[in-house]
Amino acid sequence: MTEFRMPSLGADMESGLLVEWHIKPGDAVKRGDIVAVVETTKGAIDVEIFEDGVVEALLVREGTEVPVGLPLARLRGAGEAVAATAAPPAAAAPAPPPSPPLPPPSPLPAPPATPPPAAALRITPRARQRAEALGVDVARLVGTGPEGAITGEDVERAAPEKPRPRQSMQALIAAAMSRSKREIPHYYLLHSIDLEPAMQWLETHNAGASPPERLLPVVLLLRAVARALRDFPGLCGWWKDDAFVASPGIHVGLAVSLRDGGLVSPAIHDADQGSLPALMAKIRDVTQRARTSSLRASEFSDGAITVTNLGDQGVHAVLGVIHPPQVAIVGFGLVTPRPWLVSGQLTARRIVDAALSADHRVSNGHSGGRFLRRIEHLLNNPAELA
Amino acid sequence: MTAAEVRATIVKSIGDIAPEADLAALDPAADLREALDIDSMDFLNLVIAVHKALAVDIPERDYPQVMSLDAMTTYVHARLPA
Repeated sequence: MTEFRMPSLGADMESGLLVEWHIKPGDAVKRGDIVAVVETTKGAIDVEIFEDGVVEALLVREGTEVPVGLPLARLRGAGEAVAATAAPPAAAAPAPPPSPPLPPPSPLPAPPATPPPAAALRITPRARQRAEALGVDVARLVGTGPEGAITGEDVERAAPEKPRPRQSMQALIAAAMSRSKREIPHYYLLHSIDLEPAMQWLETHNAGASPPERLLPVVLLLRAVARALRDFPGLCGWWKDDAFVASPGIHVGLAVSLRDGGLVSPAIHDADQGSLPALMAKIRDVTQRARTSSLRASEFSDGAITVTNLGDQGVHAVLGVIHPPQVAIVGFGLVTPRPWLVSGQLTARRIVDAALSADHRVSNGHSGGRFLRRIEHLLNNPAELA
Repeated sequence: MTAAEVRATIVKSIGDIAPEADLAALDPAADLREALDIDSMDFLNLVIAVHKALAVDIPERDYPQVMSLDAMTTYVHARLPA
């Protein structure tokens, strides 16, 4: 039996509001099914399940705010026997020694007398979860449960009238970026790449393509980054618990600016694989869904590097801030004609500045420079990107 | 189909792509990308929508000719299939 838990949809997400279930007990689910909708500061997100099984019980009602990591539903694996009738998890704490009753609630904040040690507190697991979710200090509560234990209702009563307002997306971005600059020792590399071969290849392709089949330069840039990562796996992953963890696949987050000023970077899964039109379709789909707040949970959690493309806004280069716990971000500026030397001849070529910001705990300027050179090489041979 | 109908179809497509845009206040001679803050992906989506709704294919090399609402209306109207 397994539990389906509230996923983390970003380094700074604390909880999500379960808006809607798409499943009910008895339903068979398979990996990748969208089973619930969760509302976060990033909008309503479709949450997928990551294994096959049968839904045994839904543990949370629609409309409940649930901290990250807490179970939402119980699943039975295929072929697993039905569990004995819903025995509640017997998490009864051992009976503590007799203690004097807690003082009655005071209308004023309690004096800073020594608070009872947390271990001595009698509180049900549900009450503890609710207290964490609602920001209630359980040390100040008087329990009404058996032997004075604090129950979920005690916590609910003590909670502020309204749930704490959720942080705005801007506040979340602020928190993530501050953490990045506080914790990640960035280094920055900048390289101008001759994009003329890639642009000519693209124009030839697009001239013979109907509008829905056309490609944008971002497809080639994203593909070149993804293919280069095959040779530089140390840039594709996450810094977790003081160590680098490589991503199992080349899932590239694409920074998408939202019209209200927000910013999300949903993961394009396996961006190194498939045809270029297929990658274009993925990018178009994800961009559209980012702007209509219908991204999936895995698209928030799986990005192992970010690509940001400020080209449309007319600046030459962007030196990105790494999105923790990722360890690198690649920024592309405006593709623009510049005077350039080709075989000693001065000529006009379309150039793009590629910038790598990377985590010096994981990589260094030598390998980072080779990575940008690899991207350049791939863009100079666009037919190989297909 | 009249030019006014072509224009209305284009405006509707823009509304689908940039729902928050105040289309009543859009200067029909202004560069759409600047006036509406839309990017190359949005612009391609507009070209796709026009192609779907009116069966007029605007090739990439003609994009400079369709940068404003007025210009796109004229361009598309002149090329409507019989």
